[in-house]
Amino acid sequence: MALLLYLIKRFAVLIPTFLGITLISFFVMHLAPGEPMSLQADFNPKMTPEMRQRLRAQYGLDKPLYVQYARWLKGLLVLDLGRSFAPDRRPVWQKIKERLPVTLLINGLSLILIIVIAIPLGVKAAVEQNSLFDQATTVLVFLGYAAPAFWIALLLMLFFGIYLGWLPISGLHSLMGYGQMAWWQKTLDWSKHLLLPVLVSSIGGLAGLSRYTRSSMLEVLRQDYITTARAKGLPERVVVYRHALRNALLPLITILGLSIPGLIGGSVIFESIFAIPGVGQLMWSSVMARDYPVLMGNLVIVSILTLLGNLLADIGYALADPRIRTGIQSGD
Amino acid sequence: MRSLLSFLFLFLLGVHCPCLAGSTEQHTGPDYGDAILVGSIGDASNLIPMLSSDATSHEIADLIIDGLVKYDKDLNLVGDLAESWDIADGGKEITFHLRRDVKWEDGVPFTAQDVLFGFNTIISPKTPTAYAGDFLEVKSAQVIDPYTFRVIYKRPFAPALSSWGNIVVLPKHLLAGKDITKSPLCRRPVGLGPFKLSSWKTQERIVLAANPDYFDGRPYLDRYIMRIIPDPATMFLELKSGGLDWMGLSPIQYDRQTNTPFFKKNFRKYHYLSFSYTYLGYNLRCPLFKDKRVRQAISYAIDKEEIIRGVLLGYGVVATGPYKPDAWFYDPNVRRYPYDPKRARALLEEAGWRDSDGDGWLDKDGRPFSFTVLTNQGNSLRDKTAQIIQYRLKKIGIKMKIRTLEWTAFINDFIDKRRFEAVILGWTLGQDPDIYDIWHSSKTGPKQLNFIGYKNPEVDRLLVEGRRTFDRQRRKRIYWRIQEILAEDQPYTFLYVPMALPIISSRFHGIKPAPAGISYNLIRWWVPKHEQKYIMP
Repeated sequence: MALLLYLIKRFAVLIPTFLGITLISFFVMHLAPGEPMSLQADFNPKMTPEMRQRLRAQYGLDKPLYVQYARWLKGLLVLDLGRSFAPDRRPVWQKIKERLPVTLLINGLSLILIIVIAIPLGVKAAVEQNSLFDQATTVLVFLGYAAPAFWIALLLMLFFGIYLGWLPISGLHSLMGYGQMAWWQKTLDWSKHLLLPVLVSSIGGLAGLSRYTRSSMLEVLRQDYITTARAKGLPERVVVYRHALRNALLPLITILGLSIPGLIGGSVIFESIFAIPGVGQLMWSSVMARDYPVLMGNLVIVSILTLLGNLLADIGYALADPRIRTGIQSGD
Repeated sequence: MRSLLSFLFLFLLGVHCPCLAGSTEQHTGPDYGDAILVGSIGDASNLIPMLSSDATSHEIADLIIDGLVKYDKDLNLVGDLAESWDIADGGKEITFHLRRDVKWEDGVPFTAQDVLFGFNTIISPKTPTAYAGDFLEVKSAQVIDPYTFRVIYKRPFAPALSSWGNIVVLPKHLLAGKDITKSPLCRRPVGLGPFKLSSWKTQERIVLAANPDYFDGRPYLDRYIMRIIPDPATMFLELKSGGLDWMGLSPIQYDRQTNTPFFKKNFRKYHYLSFSYTYLGYNLRCPLFKDKRVRQAISYAIDKEEIIRGVLLGYGVVATGPYKPDAWFYDPNVRRYPYDPKRARALLEEAGWRDSDGDGWLDKDGRPFSFTVLTNQGNSLRDKTAQIIQYRLKKIGIKMKIRTLEWTAFINDFIDKRRFEAVILGWTLGQDPDIYDIWHSSKTGPKQLNFIGYKNPEVDRLLVEGRRTFDRQRRKRIYWRIQEILAEDQPYTFLYVPMALPIISSRFHGIKPAPAGISYNLIRWWVPKHEQKYIMP
């Protein structure tokens, strides 16, 4: 009951926060110099001033900014994100939707890969603090973090794609003969194409999570109840993984919650390198073209996910940690 | 008229045939089949040509939709959907006689109604197009009979004919009464050209299939597949691994990275002058650059050959004016500005600039000669060009600072507001010599293209005359005079015309570079049966 009340309260705060985000973003976005027609019209000898005015009117850019915002908000209420200002004039949601699955797939896979690798790494590094293993992994994950993704990607492409010839260079699946493949061949084909992108996008994320696990683990290992567990004569494996790790994972819930919006964020750099038609590229080109509706559309999705991610992290926390649960009850 | 044209065309092909790489083939005749994989940095946006202005959209749309006229390999205007045309009333009236054997992909015959519909659409205030300008000169357009179309201009307008390309050809039966911006044809065009769209995956690839009913004969290739690969390094690796057949190389890739036995065996490289030039433009409202002698001095102080060697690795030529040297209206005899620092210094001295305080920088009335050049971000060629110029100007005592800016901010905050001293930019060249919009003094207003503020009454008069003159020899004389004046005035220091450097898999035969480039005869490229790589179902 208390939890429900807590949820409702939290939820009620989300709505004004969300509106605030859209309002600020909308106005900040229009501060950037230039207009959506810039790319089409600037430096185009065939463009006449009347044509420019006409385009402005069509996009509604001749109205004051608050009118434009009100119009956009009205659309949002009926879940209409409007149409893109790009020459294709397609509905914003359609443009984002067609790119979501690939982005979700790659980011989801790389998030899983990061968790699967980083947590055991962090645990081992904490248990064997200051050992050779600890120091070696520290150096390695930070190298991965510091090395530019595009550079690693190109090296891997060169090695696996050209030198060994094992993997394709870019794209999502083979161009020729893909239609005639059986489902398992298609899966294999996709896996081959996705291996490098997933790998590259994980490398940078390893450092953060493994370091986080390590420090949170160190914290827990110093606690009295760990000493108690050891004193009871429990095997080291049980002490580390059952008693220590479960507590150490609590802060990670927050991190995972915060990485939910990242799932659709995508990255321009690695999407460009691997020629993957993801959300990142769409956003980047929309920023360059000042395609406000697409930018706002993406912003809506990302901010909703961020807010929800935060909420989920809080709930997850409350569920996982009895101390926080009781805190809610006695707090108010 | 038509038979004469095709005869001429065959004759030209015959003459040029044996000179190129593909000439070792046995004379078994071309084979049908195979696909060509082309790399592109950007995706298309909209395949209705009048609605898009990016290069990729037009590249694809040009293969799907033909125009009434087109440029042939030597950049002469020839008939395409129009068999012939008559020009009457001193150039004010053009009558097109259309081909009778053309059908849209869906089998509906192409008629003059489609052209009229296209024309009405492009001048409609509801159509968001960047191409209406040329058509506002039209007084009236009418359909005489299903295969005859007539336009009457307010005044003689020489670029008129060339404007009737595929921009104004629309399938009326599919678009009449509909909002063109929301038409499904933007993504799935119905055309009448050599290829038709088979599939388009946004930001991934565009697949075109040969149109078996194309009026000029089906292309030999079954498919044209454009892969969108935004990163040039990745594109090059794809080429190396066999995932691409055709891409444009950078000078360094062309010169240094494609000389291995692997590339020599599997690919062929081509080069031709691209349709663009790069220049250093001066803001003529700025007191520094008001004096012609100062601009001339800077032109003498810049070693253009050095820029071409350093930046383009030699793959370009010096620009002497606003046209490329292989155009029919190019004047090779204009005043040139070879590298001559002595002459530069003398001219500056004449203009009152000398190093009176001995600090190494020129000065006048106590102020040193210093200015900032702006260029857009992400164009490394322009960046490097700026640095070489900076070095050369320092040698004669002029301090030049370089600032690079994001494109939209650059245009809106600096060019449009005239807040610049000098810029390094480039222009894309059309096939027509008309450059009214860039040099006429009436085009110096906000958002207009004569942003440097160039005003010369004689050039103004000639530009107008050039637009009203149809006779090629007379037009040539007019544009020669314009080039002479621009060379003397140096409102820009014209820097270079770069080369296009495509590389294409050697299994394709029939590629014949010409002034128009290489892709003009794409539909006649073919692959011998035993070399075909992709077998189409």
